[in-house]
Amino acid sequence: MAETIKLEVARYSPERDAAPRLETFEVPYRKDWVVLDALNYIKDKADGSLTYRWSCRMGICGSCGMMVNGEPKLTCATFLADYAPAPVRVEPLRNFPVIRDLVIAMTDFMQKLQRMKPWLIRKEEKPVSEGEYLQTPEQLDLYKQYSMCINCMLCYAACPVYGLDPFFSGPAAIALAQRYNLDSRDQGAKERFTTLSQHEGIWGCTFVGECTEVCPKHVDPAGAIQQYKLTAATQWFKSMLLPWGGK
Amino acid sequence: MDVTNHDVLLVGGGGAGLRAAIAVSEVNSKLNVAVVSKVYPMRSHTVSAEGGAAGVIKSGDSLDEHAYDTISGADWLCDQDAVEAFVKEAPEELLRLEHWGCPWSREPDGHIAVRAFGGMKKMRTWFAADKTGFHMLHTLFQTTLKYSAIARYDEWFVTKLLVDDGRVQGVVAIELATGKIQAITAKAVILCTGGCGRVFPFTTNASIKTGDGMALAYRAGAPLKDMEFIQYHPTGLPFTGILITEAARSEGGYLVNKDGYRYLQDYNLGTPQPKPVFRSMELGPRDRLSQAFVKEHEKGRTIAGPYGPVVHLDLRHLGEKLINTNLPFVRELCLKYQNIDPVKELVPVRPVIHYMMGGVSTDIHGATPLAGLYAAGEVACVSINGANRLGSNSLPELLVFGARAGAAAAQFASLQEAPGTAILAQAIDEQHRLEENFLCKSGGRERASTLREEMQHIMEDCAGIYRNGPALAAAQQNLHKLQERSANLALDDHSFTFNTDLTTALELTFMLEVAESMVASALQRTESRGAHQRTDFPARNDEKFLAHSLVSRAADGRPRVDYLPVKITRWPPGERVYGQPAQKAGAN
Repeated sequence: MAETIKLEVARYSPERDAAPRLETFEVPYRKDWVVLDALNYIKDKADGSLTYRWSCRMGICGSCGMMVNGEPKLTCATFLADYAPAPVRVEPLRNFPVIRDLVIAMTDFMQKLQRMKPWLIRKEEKPVSEGEYLQTPEQLDLYKQYSMCINCMLCYAACPVYGLDPFFSGPAAIALAQRYNLDSRDQGAKERFTTLSQHEGIWGCTFVGECTEVCPKHVDPAGAIQQYKLTAATQWFKSMLLPWGGK
Repeated sequence: MDVTNHDVLLVGGGGAGLRAAIAVSEVNSKLNVAVVSKVYPMRSHTVSAEGGAAGVIKSGDSLDEHAYDTISGADWLCDQDAVEAFVKEAPEELLRLEHWGCPWSREPDGHIAVRAFGGMKKMRTWFAADKTGFHMLHTLFQTTLKYSAIARYDEWFVTKLLVDDGRVQGVVAIELATGKIQAITAKAVILCTGGCGRVFPFTTNASIKTGDGMALAYRAGAPLKDMEFIQYHPTGLPFTGILITEAARSEGGYLVNKDGYRYLQDYNLGTPQPKPVFRSMELGPRDRLSQAFVKEHEKGRTIAGPYGPVVHLDLRHLGEKLINTNLPFVRELCLKYQNIDPVKELVPVRPVIHYMMGGVSTDIHGATPLAGLYAAGEVACVSINGANRLGSNSLPELLVFGARAGAAAAQFASLQEAPGTAILAQAIDEQHRLEENFLCKSGGRERASTLREEMQHIMEDCAGIYRNGPALAAAQQNLHKLQERSANLALDDHSFTFNTDLTTALELTFMLEVAESMVASALQRTESRGAHQRTDFPARNDEKFLAHSLVSRAADGRPRVDYLPVKITRWPPGERVYGQPAQKAGAN
């Protein structure tokens, strides 16, 4: 008899359910299976209505973030073997509205990202015919880790501030703003600062760094937020001391 | 039924689609452009490309050399006018992406760094460590956010192209979140939906790569070109099929058999040297390396693994520092999915379905023979890849031809009248089809997942690295039976909210069309060329087959294959020579 493992999967359909419930499925246990393999097994063999997002299954597209035993995880990179033989509980990412089963609504993030102006801003564009903007490996290193964000939303699910204050821009959006602010080719930090400083949520962020802790790509959004706070405080201080010339 | 209208509509929001959308806005900022994608654009499969993007930028290299490498790599089955345009525009496009913020890896003085790649005679592959596609896609996506003229339909699934008066005038699509079915009309439609690797069971391709755009075009009457040419990448991880980039070999990795022997030397690919040599050994083209694996297995010199035979990729001599700097994702993937550290251990690899050379037939402007319909990127066949694509040509291809298709579609759209009302009747018919055959249907007997598995195994058995006539003919019959059974699909899910059971079934029906077109084209090409190797016809036959196959859907739904001559400009067909003379690739 092949070994099996139980998955307790959150189910919710707005057409049918008043509230989410857990449904238990028994799937084969294989030590090279990730949680996503188990979900795919259920969908293919048992219940085609199980609803979740996935695509690359190699930890780069950012689609398959879910809560696994209460922690935000990419399910394509989370092995059943780390939980066996106990049941594995799979739920939608915390802090988001649920569309269905394990699918959350991420329109809020998409709007917040756009407001950060996550593109290269130049006072003057050099024509392509004049070649590349030079950037040394050291200059690249200054922002590189922030450019690794895959928008998987695990940091929002982990963020205690976002959970209480949905107006907070949140870890990934701030990290991506910082990704451009620190890019030697960019000249848009001032424009982004206005957006960043519009809301006070950022001051609620503690040094605990849950966002950085759960990031599957080793981005440090907590670091970006602390850097930003320092910049903001300095700006404020300058404007108080030098009300006529502070920049 | 709701209807929305745009000037130009992109189907697919990966690298090609986003580049095309920006091109439309650049050509005519008054045009209203929209991107409809079944996933959020940054989830698109461009994200998984690793090794790099080729474009001539360094002194000592030339456009002609890039063209020759591409053409010989393609076994002469590419259109040379398209290749010439491609190599010329690739560096400009890659620079444009640099200006948009792409974090390209750099030389110490700040210039763009390049690396060697398979089948390329010079170092010309730009890279962003080994996450090149990821960085290109996010740069493109974030750049599109500044264009207010670009609207998005995120997580909308296109089911049909609307054609009236001989012209494509829009699509029918389902909004996944709500189940709403509606028409999105446009004066021009550009397909940028990528490839179709999921037709096979073992692939590097993401779950979304189901040939949607190819099937949409094929059903609408646009022909597919060179569908028998399917690329196996020589180094995939067993079980998952996760790609280990060719850059691992261009940085100096070896492929060894069970005896630790660099077996490629036995397959007319040169003599082993400690450092990589251009167009030689591990830097040979992907078709030849994948074929060598099969031969090596037949000689009993591969290693038996739990998921079939493997050979080993040896990176240990590269050292931890180089691996961490230039191949960090390779290390991360090996550690995570194989529990192996390439700094200290051999990596088991085997050939894996990776890329579709064929696709929707277009001219060098991305236009299909069907008015108003354009295509770019992996979904299209221009063709620059011919019988075998060189690694690092697909990323610049989606930029160059995405931009070209965007510009051409913008010009076309600027001259068209708004879509007529006749197509609305078609859209309502399509809504009824979706409801009657899927959403509201009761009594079907077949599971989409079962048919999909059967299809994948038929394809692996008949259309793999080596093919033969009888197996292909049998597969053609078996696929036709699956087509018939697919009329009897039953859904578990009849909900309107994010119904992925429905999209899975629709994707299956797309893949069956694509699979049939592949098998029909492979059966009729009685020669061996590039990635299409017929054991019953082992030689290349230029007299008969220096021609693209062009497959159309006949009235009875069956594929019909015709041929279109290849365009030769300056490089007459010759022999593909790899492995000599020795020219070191890593000498910098």
